[in-house]
Amino acid sequence: MRRRQLVTALLVLAVVALFALPLVLGAGSDYAGTDSQASELIEESDPGYTPWFSSVFSPGSSEVESGLFALQAALGGGVLGYVLGRLRGRRVAEQIPAPPTEP
Amino acid sequence: MHIAEGFLPPAHAIGWTIAAAPFVVHGARAVVKEVRENPESTLLLGAAGAFTFVLSAIKLPSVTGSSSHPTGTGLGAVLFRPPVMALLGTIVLLFQALLLAHGGLTTLGANAFSMAVVGPWVGYGAYRLTRRLGGGLLPAVFAAMALSDLSTYVTTALQLAWAHPDATSGVTGAAVKFLGVFAVTQIPLAIGEGLLGVLLFRVLTVNARPELERLGVLHPEPDPTAESAPSAATKSAPSAATKSAPSAATKSAPSADGGAR
Repeated sequence: MRRRQLVTALLVLAVVALFALPLVLGAGSDYAGTDSQASELIEESDPGYTPWFSSVFSPGSSEVESGLFALQAALGGGVLGYVLGRLRGRRVAEQIPAPPTEP
Repeated sequence: MHIAEGFLPPAHAIGWTIAAAPFVVHGARAVVKEVRENPESTLLLGAAGAFTFVLSAIKLPSVTGSSSHPTGTGLGAVLFRPPVMALLGTIVLLFQALLLAHGGLTTLGANAFSMAVVGPWVGYGAYRLTRRLGGGLLPAVFAAMALSDLSTYVTTALQLAWAHPDATSGVTGAAVKFLGVFAVTQIPLAIGEGLLGVLLFRVLTVNARPELERLGVLHPEPDPTAESAPSAATKSAPSAATKSAPSAATKSAPSADGGAR
């Protein structure tokens, strides 16, 4: 059981380190999204190309946009947490012997 | 990997939509079939969709100095096979195209093809291959998650190279350029996604054992009472015998019933 917890802790640590290290090491970088980098590349190499369709709805500001991204993550995280909680609750309930039925 | 709205020429946009549509329709039928035949799967189906929802909302920094998001499609591909993810992944992309101006309706087909079709299938292939080569569940899950992520971005780079060939070096030159943006940035993120998948599966193997056994991800473990029988037998043989006998009887009953049906 103890070894299991250690492995879990190390895995979490590895994930955090993997994404925290770039932030610490490359302090000068602005971490532009690859999606927008690709769009810039197209505009650079193919200046004649103009996007022929624009988004039906664009969030008004970057604050609204990050809010909507947070909403997406919250919906996903909420459902995932609900499922894991239910599964764990089910297992715990199975382990507890049923109380003796009293008349 | 979201190709921005309007950034694929009309012919490419229509072509990728036609290419992705049958997978999504087939995926929708696979989801309906799974829920109808195995209502107890709904919970894990929700988890698979939710995992993709969370991961594709978060842009993570990479050592290359740019940021990108994981896809999370490997989980559902391992649990329910890839067709299911064709629908769930497309729902995520539609949400982002409509509400976040991320990706787009004209590029939905191309984005669905890379994230909801190629990614899950490559991940599932990596999972099966690792298992066949004798790898355990967790290494196979790591391979599935990491490669479904990476292959999605490689596909996007190739789609863009095909649509926007370089003026001098052509499609190949453009592919090198786009792969330099997408694939290189994605390598650390794919590793991170693989580790997250391993963490999640460690939780699931403990708490969702019956589901994983039914889905064929885990092999049914020998009965724990039977396993401890030798040591118990030396202490109190009669009680062990009476204990294991009824459990064996109740176990064989449903399977015999199912066979008769």
